[in-house]
Amino acid sequence: MNRLLTAQQVKRALTRLYDAIAKSLPSDGRIAVIGIRTRGETLAGRIVKRLGENFPDRHFDHGVLDITFYRDDLAMRRGAPLVRATDIEFDLDGSFVVLVDDVLHTGRSVRAALDALHDFGRPKIVRLGVLIDRGERELPIAADFAGRCITAPDNKRVQLKLKETDGEEGVFIIQKH
Amino acid sequence: MAKKASSSSKSTEGSASGEKQPFVWTRKDLLGLDELSAEEIVHILDTAESFREVSTRSIKKVPALRGKVVALMFFEDSTRTRMSFELAASRLSADTMIFTSKGSSVAKGETTLDTIRNVEAMGVDVFIIRHSQPGAPHMVSRKIEASIINAGDGAHEHPTQALLDIFTMRQRLGGVAGKRVAIVGDIAHSRVARSNILGLRKLGAEVVVVGPPTMVPSAIKAMGCEISHSLDDVLGEVDAINMLRIQFERFGGNLFPSLREYSKVYGLNTERLARCPKDVLVMHPGPINRGVEITSDVADGPNSCILQQVTNGLAIRMAVLYLVTQAHGPAEQT
Repeated sequence: MNRLLTAQQVKRALTRLYDAIAKSLPSDGRIAVIGIRTRGETLAGRIVKRLGENFPDRHFDHGVLDITFYRDDLAMRRGAPLVRATDIEFDLDGSFVVLVDDVLHTGRSVRAALDALHDFGRPKIVRLGVLIDRGERELPIAADFAGRCITAPDNKRVQLKLKETDGEEGVFIIQKH
Repeated sequence: MAKKASSSSKSTEGSASGEKQPFVWTRKDLLGLDELSAEEIVHILDTAESFREVSTRSIKKVPALRGKVVALMFFEDSTRTRMSFELAASRLSADTMIFTSKGSSVAKGETTLDTIRNVEAMGVDVFIIRHSQPGAPHMVSRKIEASIINAGDGAHEHPTQALLDIFTMRQRLGGVAGKRVAIVGDIAHSRVARSNILGLRKLGAEVVVVGPPTMVPSAIKAMGCEISHSLDDVLGEVDAINMLRIQFERFGGNLFPSLREYSKVYGLNTERLARCPKDVLVMHPGPINRGVEITSDVADGPNSCILQQVTNGLAIRMAVLYLVTQAHGPAEQT
């Protein structure tokens, strides 16, 4: 497992992502930051916390999306991983949504997330923010905000580790199995 | 038939992959709790926890089983189990077919296996089977590629009922291990009791079965539970009481002298409930014979979780359907 980015670099990428999101916020209306499980959830949590500190007079909803059922490769995989609940306890209709994921690669997770989101309501605007954009898209999907762009060999997996879930911070390249 | 999954994960994009190798379900059938490990049981319960959320959405549907066909094969009558499975399948976007043996080809003498093979030939992914013969789903699973879910086979097992019972206990009691559960009624002929005992023991609960000697075979001790012939003796220290239904349609009245006497000795009423710990959980797999095994005020009282069991049954069945269909993808299937 090779380290691609240090904890310091992850921090800077997150700040860049945060700044881009903060700059794009509409002046009124409801705003929701929704993370895609699992790392996206943590990232969204950190972003919402910072937004709340910097814009104390505004309210930010925080949601979590589990996209397992919506994946197009569901039938291609053998063995069912644990599904976790989606947690969107607020009204999505008409809101400004920032969808947050850790690594953007093929775009299939984001497509699944858009489908899942659709079952909860009709946001006015959906933007996509990712910490790492590694290119090599398979679908016509692009990030509106990215913390950092990297390139990685196609046969490798790029993994973000965060303190909350992994005990350390960094971006790693690992062999696909 | 549990095929090991060698997950050749394609286009995984970071999220939800990459934790330290999470438990992966690999069984294509759910035949009983006998064959499941504690870890597998917990995995079903945890998955059901997530499916509970789906039922709270305004659009109560997810595309997890889109394009799959689920056939409900009910060789024996059932209302709630069938409806629960049917709704679970539709919430997962599967197509469903319902077969009931009344007025069907079975009445013309077709064997169970032939019936199922014919339906399978239409392209079915999951069979949910209820049958009066113990072991019928197991027999079918050996001959059929599709997934099999046992929805009750004779007096043998009723795995989804036990799972929803255990799920409800876990929810209401905050856990199962170390809890003491009484199962009261016709233990000898109850598939609900058998599956419950198996599951509860695997998860570390104490089980005491209660009923008249004609209904509680002493051999049941081998399953790791205690036996009592007096309901009054066990009331003081139970965390949950599961009252089984007296199945008139099966065993008539020759297992006890009279209904009145049964209800007097083994029925749960307000007076008995008062002698239980305050937060005792009162359960019943339904349908209730009001005034026989349980009185109305207890069945509808604050300790009762009978309707919650029904709600949870939906989540459990969604979880089971999801898991068995994910256990084998179309690739490398022979």
